[in-house]
Amino acid sequence: MTFEIENRISASSGDYNIGLIRDDFPALSLECNGYPLAFLDSGASAQKPSKVLERMDHAYRNEYANVHRGAYTLSQQATDNYEHARKTVADFMNAKTADEIIFTRNVTSAINLVAHSYGRNFLKAGDEVIISHMEHHANIVPWQLLMEAIGIELKIAPIDDAGNFLLEDFEKLLSPKTKLVAITHVSNVLGTIVPIKTIVQLARKVGAKVLIDGCQGIVHEGVDVQSLDADFYAFTGHKLYGPSGIGVLWGKIDILNSMPPYEGGGDMIETVTFEKSTFRDAPARFEAGTPPIIEAVGLASAIDYVTDVGMDNIAIHENNILKYATSCLSAIEGLRIIGNAEKKIGIISFELDGIHPHDISTIIDSKGVAVRAGHHCAQPLMDRFGVPATTRASFGMYTNEGDIDQLAEALNYAKGIFG
Amino acid sequence: MEDSLRELYQEVILDHGKNPRNFARPQNTNYQADGNNPLCGDRLTIFVKLGADNIIEDVGFDGRGCAISIASASIMTDIVKGRSIEQIDILFSIFHKMCTGEDFGKAPSEFEDDIDKLMVMSGVKQFPMRVKCATLSWHAMQAAVRGDEIASTE
Repeated sequence: MTFEIENRISASSGDYNIGLIRDDFPALSLECNGYPLAFLDSGASAQKPSKVLERMDHAYRNEYANVHRGAYTLSQQATDNYEHARKTVADFMNAKTADEIIFTRNVTSAINLVAHSYGRNFLKAGDEVIISHMEHHANIVPWQLLMEAIGIELKIAPIDDAGNFLLEDFEKLLSPKTKLVAITHVSNVLGTIVPIKTIVQLARKVGAKVLIDGCQGIVHEGVDVQSLDADFYAFTGHKLYGPSGIGVLWGKIDILNSMPPYEGGGDMIETVTFEKSTFRDAPARFEAGTPPIIEAVGLASAIDYVTDVGMDNIAIHENNILKYATSCLSAIEGLRIIGNAEKKIGIISFELDGIHPHDISTIIDSKGVAVRAGHHCAQPLMDRFGVPATTRASFGMYTNEGDIDQLAEALNYAKGIFG
Repeated sequence: MEDSLRELYQEVILDHGKNPRNFARPQNTNYQADGNNPLCGDRLTIFVKLGADNIIEDVGFDGRGCAISIASASIMTDIVKGRSIEQIDILFSIFHKMCTGEDFGKAPSEFEDDIDKLMVMSGVKQFPMRVKCATLSWHAMQAAVRGDEIASTE
């Protein structure tokens, strides 16, 4: 297996063998409405390599039982797999210990966990939480709920017209009242890479904790949580070429162990009587009930896959595709790209004169092109740019120039229909 | 697929989408409602002047949306003028079935012309994800005349 993967990166030149990579993803050979599928919606959810699918299938067939319960061989094996996956995630993020890795359902549940467990116990009325103008609803609504529940204040860090995060304006929002900064690593709409390391350093000066929404960020540039030195970092499996139904909340172990449980149930307790229960330390404290067992195995397999190809190689490839796509799309008359930050990843949101994103999406789907149209769960950001919706093409490790050419051709076809 | 697409985006719809009729707030309206499609953020407001006998005397709309939702609102506002609330309910029921490809039986003869006009939207039945675009303005219309302020497609 290792040998096969090595072939994907040519030993002599470091070239990325996109053909071999694409062969690993069965969905990429699908046809859609008589055309080869050009899948440009990886930012919503990525396709899965065969290796992940086969690993999960194998685990269901041969290694499946509930975890942390049975004293029999099969349950021990399932538990070992699950805990091995935790270790794989910890190594991938450079966490100090696997105990800092909590498996959740997705990033939404990870952020809600922090808002409930940390927020309701360590924040109080009048404390300030700072988010940015380009957050996904998953990193807005939990804080609004907390605002209504306990009276925290929500502050919004602004961005400029190109979509750059404005560090100086952010710094002005910081004060001793700032207790938490919750910011995305990369904008899911604009592709902007946010200077999270500087944000952490600035937040530290006022003693604020920092949560990073790593949904898009970890996929495109990875993360080293020790070097970053934030307090929480959340990401989801399905955007990282793994299964849906599993997400990760990393937190500093001391903070996690100071937090009360979020959900109560089996597996998270030490003892239970009808009078009182006592709880285990992290991660078990935050994993009540049967966890996503095989999803964890699939996520670990996806991490092995991208690690073997090389996160750096993937980033270089995606950056090349971004440049190519930016140039191709800019050449289409009437097309305006929304989000031109200095540092961005492979996401292009755009408007096309006189054609609503939903119409674009329906029309180019007839040419086999899959993109997302809508507000991308970021309505405040849409308002910021004065648009109700955008069309978004987002790229993955398997996107090639052919996909971009097919997109450009389909957009010209849509323009033709609308005259 | 291309035939279905051409049927959906036929000239009449593109024309209504680009040059919507009744795209303004009429004078002296007494009812209005917003129609929201939370999936895409599209939003229309329907303004109605309802007479004492429950007849729509005037109607208009504004807002932002895709070609399908704007064209549908444009066609709807043309049709409902002079109709009663009860007649609008019947028309919407027929139109909804048209959009989802259900058999709407034999419509009462008084609606024949209206149904001919609405038929241009029926191509949407090939695109289930777009049915809500076509019905958004109708939901808002019903909400307006019932005195609700907001209609949602969800």
